[in-house]
Amino acid sequence: MLLHLLRRPFFWIITAVVAGFVLIPALGNDVEMRESLLLAALYITLASNLNLMLGYAGYINFGSIVFFGLGGYVCVWLVNAHAWPLWLSLLAAGTSVSALALFFGLGILRLRGAFFALSTIGIVEAVQAFVQNFEPWGGSAGIYLSSSIFQPLGGPSRALWVIYFLMVAVMGLSLYLSYAIKISKFGLGLLAIGQNEDAAAILGVPTPLYKALIYSASAFLPAITGGLYFFKSAFIQPSDAFDLSLSTEALVVAMLGGQGTVSGVALGAYLYEELRGYLLTSDTFSHFQLVVAGVLLLVIVLFFPSGLMGFIHSRFPRSQKVLE
Amino acid sequence: MFGILASIIDGVLVGLVYGLAAMGLTLIWGVMDVINLTHGAMIVAGMFGLYLLVSGLGIPPYLALPPVLIGGFFVGVALYWIAVHRMVGRPPLMSLLSTFAVNLVLIGVGTAVWGTALFNVAVSLPGISINRYTFPGAHILAAVLAAVIAGALYLFLHRTRLGKAVRAVANNREAAELVGIPTTRVLALSVGFGVALAGVSGVLIGTLFPFTVLSGDGYQLKGFVVTVLGGFGNPVGALLGGVALGLLEGAITPFVPVSWTLVIEFVLFVLVLIAFPGGVFARRGSM
Repeated sequence: MLLHLLRRPFFWIITAVVAGFVLIPALGNDVEMRESLLLAALYITLASNLNLMLGYAGYINFGSIVFFGLGGYVCVWLVNAHAWPLWLSLLAAGTSVSALALFFGLGILRLRGAFFALSTIGIVEAVQAFVQNFEPWGGSAGIYLSSSIFQPLGGPSRALWVIYFLMVAVMGLSLYLSYAIKISKFGLGLLAIGQNEDAAAILGVPTPLYKALIYSASAFLPAITGGLYFFKSAFIQPSDAFDLSLSTEALVVAMLGGQGTVSGVALGAYLYEELRGYLLTSDTFSHFQLVVAGVLLLVIVLFFPSGLMGFIHSRFPRSQKVLE
Repeated sequence: MFGILASIIDGVLVGLVYGLAAMGLTLIWGVMDVINLTHGAMIVAGMFGLYLLVSGLGIPPYLALPPVLIGGFFVGVALYWIAVHRMVGRPPLMSLLSTFAVNLVLIGVGTAVWGTALFNVAVSLPGISINRYTFPGAHILAAVLAAVIAGALYLFLHRTRLGKAVRAVANNREAAELVGIPTTRVLALSVGFGVALAGVSGVLIGTLFPFTVLSGDGYQLKGFVVTVLGGFGNPVGALLGGVALGLLEGAITPFVPVSWTLVIEFVLFVLVLIAFPGGVFARRGSM
């Protein structure tokens, strides 16, 4: 499997992108660039994991933010209340959220298509209600971390670099995971589910199991990213952790780049992050960020349903061989 | 003993309004298999229509119903041409995304204009008191109006030519086209009716409870539950589903915090879908 990956050009493209993310801010010691790329890495991670559901299996998950927020809570809580080291808390966050997703997934993935999408909205409500009433996590007030938590990482300014490199590592893993799944037999089964679930089931794809597995897999890395993100801000509360606009933006990003492609989603995430940065600083648009995201999504869905990559692939058919 | 009866009556009153709030959603869903994710935003638009008409023009709250009904209809027809027309017959994923996008725009504009502050429209109607219990007049009137509107919709769908055309299109679009029904126009009208119903229910809910720009989400989620309980596109089923939901809320409120209500309803949604994929009170296609 691994050797198989190493022979493919796209594997090296991903590696080059990750290397760029590491080297560009590190060489110039450019903190501003680092913060901007950190957000881009966050968007890429969220969107490419969402894409596992949306682009491969054809299932819309409106509540992907739940993985991010819960991962953040588990990590911050373990660091704060149990003094676990960061790496162990992150792993625990990813594993527990992924296990929870498997458990939920076996239930709600019995619902097909649109009903599944609706129930993911309900999952957000359920998790939010739980966290707001869960005393160990501080209820609606949230959890604050003391500034001393950055000491094991070598003080605040070094810690921020460490967190950035970890974020980029998670982004790289997301891209490799998306790609590895896409070229595997498992991925083929998922694409078949996305095309026609009944036909896939008849041809012997174990559809309920595959759907639950991909739902669970799409939870792991976003949960770790959530852990890193909220560890970095040293503060977590329900309204930030389950901010629906982030999972909305992940949807826009995945559609913008081209659902079902790995490179498109990464490109879409980068472009969206740049656009968002521009909108937030512009006087006219800073209040209309959601409106712009909505208009963008509508235009994509109506006129370019296969996104940027679909456009590139149709203009330059040869690119399909290299850019997955 | 009378306390139980009173809470049942209260559940029915609130439930009828929930049923009305779901009716537009279930109509569009049943006719063209499109889940209108702007429904919550349209309910909120009805609420703010009420607020603006009452505070701006000083008219009595219930006189806001006709303008919102008519305005909602045109907004709905516009929504059809903007976001739904190209999606009919395509995978449900795409219409979910397109209506979701319009919802983002509406909510984005709403929060930019009004923020997320609470708004309130005062309605003073004498209530009905029995023993120690008082049923607020606004509640009773809203429930009665909800039942009347559901009845009117039922008669429209079953007794008028246009209503029969709507049901024919819901049943089989190709066959309807073959017998000469202009299906595209019927679909556009159906979205118009669906959004008009959302707006009207927004007005009635606005006379009962305070609201924000984001209030629609909760009613939309309740709308999903009501739809799967009552069947697709069935106004009477929607009322029954709404009443079932109202009774359930009345029964669980004393025992659980308010923030859990939606969660329990959502669990019900999943369980109902797994147990009765076509709705409890009606079977699919019965429209």
